[in-house]
Amino acid sequence: MAETGKAKTITIISGKGGTGKTSVTAAFASLAAPVVVADCDVDAANLHLLLSPEVEKSVDFYAMPIARINQDLCVGCGLCNDLCRYEAIVVQDDNYSVDPLACEACLVCKEHCPEQAIGTVERQAGYWFLSQARTGPMVHASLGIAQENSGKLVTEVRKAAAEVAEKEKLGLVLVDGPPGIGCAVMASLTGADLVIAVTEATQSGLKDLIRVNDLCNHFKIPIHIIVNKCDLNPEVTQAVRKWAQEAEAPIIGEIPYDTDFTKAMIEAKTIVEYKSSRIGDELKSIWNTVLETMKSIV
Amino acid sequence: MRIAIASGKGGTGKTTAAVALARVMGSCVLVDCDVEAPNAHLFLNPEVQNTQDAYVMIPEVDDGKCTGCGECSRVCQFNALAVLGKSVLVFNELCHGCGGCVLACEPKAITEGGRLIGTMQWGKAGDLDFYDAKLRIGEPMSPPLIKALKHQAELSEAENTILDCPPGTTCPMVEAVGGADYCILVTEPTPFGLHDLNMAYQTVQELGIPAGVILNRAGMGDDCIQNYCKANGIPILLEIPHSREIAEGYAAGKDILSSMPSLEDGFKKVINTISEGLNNG
Repeated sequence: MAETGKAKTITIISGKGGTGKTSVTAAFASLAAPVVVADCDVDAANLHLLLSPEVEKSVDFYAMPIARINQDLCVGCGLCNDLCRYEAIVVQDDNYSVDPLACEACLVCKEHCPEQAIGTVERQAGYWFLSQARTGPMVHASLGIAQENSGKLVTEVRKAAAEVAEKEKLGLVLVDGPPGIGCAVMASLTGADLVIAVTEATQSGLKDLIRVNDLCNHFKIPIHIIVNKCDLNPEVTQAVRKWAQEAEAPIIGEIPYDTDFTKAMIEAKTIVEYKSSRIGDELKSIWNTVLETMKSIV
Repeated sequence: MRIAIASGKGGTGKTTAAVALARVMGSCVLVDCDVEAPNAHLFLNPEVQNTQDAYVMIPEVDDGKCTGCGECSRVCQFNALAVLGKSVLVFNELCHGCGGCVLACEPKAITEGGRLIGTMQWGKAGDLDFYDAKLRIGEPMSPPLIKALKHQAELSEAENTILDCPPGTTCPMVEAVGGADYCILVTEPTPFGLHDLNMAYQTVQELGIPAGVILNRAGMGDDCIQNYCKANGIPILLEIPHSREIAEGYAAGKDILSSMPSLEDGFKKVINTISEGLNNG
């Protein structure tokens, strides 16, 4: 894309999981290269499996520090347990400790412990990586097991992607977002110039698309739609089209149900790299529509 | 017996499996914990008997009493309060409802109100007790809603519970899976499916919950899941064949037992295997 100051950001989300977000993002990355890609689905990051990035820099990610009780100083008064709203204080034989999975990191217990027996413990909760993929720079992350704060990590990934775009003078960032509509999705949407929602022509896909559209309206971000598996059920596809028209959310492409996506994935290729296929051609045409749309977004 | 159905990767068939397992169990509780994108109701058409809003506590500051001392802002770990001159600005969506600011406020200018996080509903779908909830649009935190929903579902008298969990491996999934006796991880035979199964399996191990796998769309990809499960000693409880017929049925909101009735025995065996395993410790 033409360089016009700050990079534009396209964020790909879906509501429902498994509709093809990552396969679509990877195809766009192939078509837009060189482009910055950011995998903001830090819970279940998969984009690296298609783009095979080589890690150039790895940065530790720290979650918010949680409470820890110093057993030597604790007198067992129980005030921490009374104040904690997250059932995170474990009491066993008059011994008080903190359940790290339940602790919300509010530190109310630490603030009020009369013996100052409660301190904090830093948690290295994962990493984020600045890498080179065959489509250009890529920022992605790996979150530790059963960690929280994915919203915070998403924000770090997104910011790093914007920085690398500026440094390397690339005009576009593609963000692969998580499923759902909660914290991690909201963190992925910050700064997006355009949202592309990948849905599937199923009852569930449509229901979740409506929720994603409501969320984008809430944040006043324009949304365009790709309907995957569009030939599974003509009635549902028709219902998606009708809804999209009423919601004024343009459908920019429809992709038939095809196992080529899976075959490409097994070869660690994007669908447009895999072989000449009808869905590859469809994605090329969708990408041209996206480029046209981006011209009108200032 | 409480069985959680989780996956790591989205769209692998959690809801499909949860609905089928609930159907073959007959009378039980099905809790759709995927409050960000709840879909189980589409396949069960429950008769809703009750709805209830869920809230988290947020601070409400009485400007008349506030001295602008800034203690509330200092103790808040989530940057949800900012002091501007002699008044306090509250960022409701950042608040985790810990109550720290209330305790910190010397002039007692802070009381607590509620922030709507979503709406729960429950009722009957045949013999099933059905519970689900919808996260309010723009509400970032789903775990408190999942927690409230699970508490509500505990009031049901049915003996067995199926928890249809959200995708991922972070707080919403951990909240939903917590307290389960067993976790079924639903996956598909693709590199994405394998990668996320591994994450999800490590998570339930961390939580100390025994787990087994339902392999959906078997035959669509390669043998990666069978190999992984064998190497890690994880039982494959059921393989659901890759079938366009099932996908078409799903698209129309038909449950899998209607699209492919021959799977009923397989799902019954899954329940038997799990309950025998749990009974034998």
